[in-house]
Amino acid sequence: MNIHEYQGKELLRKYGVAVPNGRVAYTVDEAVEAAKALGSNVSVVKAQIHAGGRGKAGGVKVAKNLDEVRTYAEEILGKTLVTHQTGPEGKEVKRLLIEEGCDIKKEYYVGLVLDRATSRVTMMASEEGGTEIEEVAAETPEKIFKEVIDPVVGLTPFQARRLAFNINIPKEYLSKAVKFMLGLYTVFEEKDCSIAEINPLVTTGDGDVLALDAKLNFDDNAVFRQKDVAEYRDLDEEDEKEIEASKHDLSYIALDGNIGCMVNGAGLAMATMDIIKHYGGDPANFLDVGGGATAEKVTEAFKIILSDSNVKGILVNIFGGIMKCDVIAEGVVEATKQVGLEIPLVVRLEGTNVDLGKKILADSGLNITAAESMADGAEKIVSSVK
Amino acid sequence: MSVFVNKDTKVIVQGITGSTALFHTKQMLDYGTKIVGGVTPKKGGTEVEGVPVFDTVQEAVEQTGANASVIYVPAPFAADAIMEAVDAELDLAICITEHIPVMDMVKVKRYMEGKKTRLVGPNCPGVITPEECKIGIMPGYIHKKGHIGVVSRSGTLTYEAVHQLSEQGFGQSTAVGIGGDPVNGTDFIDVLKAFNEDPDTEAVMMIGEIGGTAEEEAAEWVKANMSKPVVGFIGGATAPPGKRMGHAGAIISGGKGTADEKIKIMNDCGIQVAETPAVMGETLIGVLKDKGLHDKCKTH
Repeated sequence: MNIHEYQGKELLRKYGVAVPNGRVAYTVDEAVEAAKALGSNVSVVKAQIHAGGRGKAGGVKVAKNLDEVRTYAEEILGKTLVTHQTGPEGKEVKRLLIEEGCDIKKEYYVGLVLDRATSRVTMMASEEGGTEIEEVAAETPEKIFKEVIDPVVGLTPFQARRLAFNINIPKEYLSKAVKFMLGLYTVFEEKDCSIAEINPLVTTGDGDVLALDAKLNFDDNAVFRQKDVAEYRDLDEEDEKEIEASKHDLSYIALDGNIGCMVNGAGLAMATMDIIKHYGGDPANFLDVGGGATAEKVTEAFKIILSDSNVKGILVNIFGGIMKCDVIAEGVVEATKQVGLEIPLVVRLEGTNVDLGKKILADSGLNITAAESMADGAEKIVSSVK
Repeated sequence: MSVFVNKDTKVIVQGITGSTALFHTKQMLDYGTKIVGGVTPKKGGTEVEGVPVFDTVQEAVEQTGANASVIYVPAPFAADAIMEAVDAELDLAICITEHIPVMDMVKVKRYMEGKKTRLVGPNCPGVITPEECKIGIMPGYIHKKGHIGVVSRSGTLTYEAVHQLSEQGFGQSTAVGIGGDPVNGTDFIDVLKAFNEDPDTEAVMMIGEIGGTAEEEAAEWVKANMSKPVVGFIGGATAPPGKRMGHAGAIISGGKGTADEKIKIMNDCGIQVAETPAVMGETLIGVLKDKGLHDKCKTH
């Protein structure tokens, strides 16, 4: 789960991690009010969308007075920002962060991420702040330093010091930098983050170490125990079909093609997309109906697929383990009746209760093409949408 | 022979009174798996499907002599259930539960250091040695006894591969689902090592997917150590970038994790990779023919 920069900073502030003073604004007037309340000489007007690269796209402006705050707020609010992370369609700005400006001495990078190879959380730091960390990793990997964290003791002060020394943070900022890193890890651990990235972390002329930007992502599997994080969810930032899917515990990702897919298991769902492509078709979505699906859940999955107007045909590919084929079949029949099926539907069933499932489909009287294998299913659906 | 589980494996079911666990306990019993007990706190002293239920894993192990556990406990409590199995010194704990918070698994892995239990999963279909022991949620009937080892990150893709093999007359020694979570117990290399040492396994089918570098590391291990042919498949060649893998996640693995990268390294390490999921079995059989193992592996 993703949140906005201002929300991430709010969370960091609660944990004593230093961030510039700032306020969120939904309107131009609120933006001006916020700048007035902050009372700083310089304010920064920052577009709040769930994507990086906002600065380059014109979503971050430095205002020297309240008139400039108004001008920039008017310019950015409602604007559609296109960055390397938004896709070509871009994202509309609906919220601004108005923040006090600061006297930046130098920019650094600090990030926390799960390292799958060691099954540990790892803190990374670099003195190449402000640039994309992937770029640094590709061009000057020797400038990235890492500390692997033992979950029993957490990030230790000596590890934080070592990172600070390695990235050449001047001595006068050391204790603040260490406090910052330790606090950041505490947030990561206690709030079930999946990524906590501060880029840039800055040292200032006032002797502070601050998070100028904050990107916090959270483990979807842990949101159930993070009520405050769950409240940060901004539905405007998500695909409508993906929201609907998540209400029913379905894993759905919208794609550009015209063949809707309903599959059980993430691996098989990906492989189904692959094989559709292999036979010359284009998948409209990734959809994993998951393990313990009920007929109702399958019905909802089917409705979501059919709500995409690009979809010209549907391939259902089920290999039953936890999932019983008769449950899938009932769901398909039920959903087809509810929504009204006007496009080709190919169903491939295999696994637990497969005969029962096939019988339910055959007895339904609906126009369903049965497939004998995955390849057969892919070929049939691809040729029927052409 | 087989790896990890066989006809002598005595299994307890953690979370046995839940509906999913009950369904699969019955399926496992029908398959012939020796389910000797179940554990659900506060339900000790009762019985389900003819299996005695205990309050704690320790008690279940003491009373039944179980050496393996299968875990169906809901995600918020699953990490604790794994640690309880580890504490009871079981040889094997197989965790089926999906959606366990990552930080919980990071702690579980730390807790397991230096302990004897092998963890398979979480978020996996389990382990099956055909016609001997089925632990998990896989449909038993698709599996046939034989000489092909199967290891996979995906449940349903494993069924797909096994189904293709069985249909064409190639039984399996053991099929191991290692699970799709970023932090898991047994990894590809652990299973490949076991298959390499298992006299009854002649070749291995290894099924991976995008994300992380486990397949790459396994491929390097195969090149250096494996004496038996390995055939692979990687799911997700058409998956959009950035949807599942986070920003900072890409840096740890140095830009690795795409299907193309994995397939390239697997090929470089002598692992033939099936072009589509529909030809996983076919690809393996082709390799068996090349290596002169076809007749030896054809079981039915």
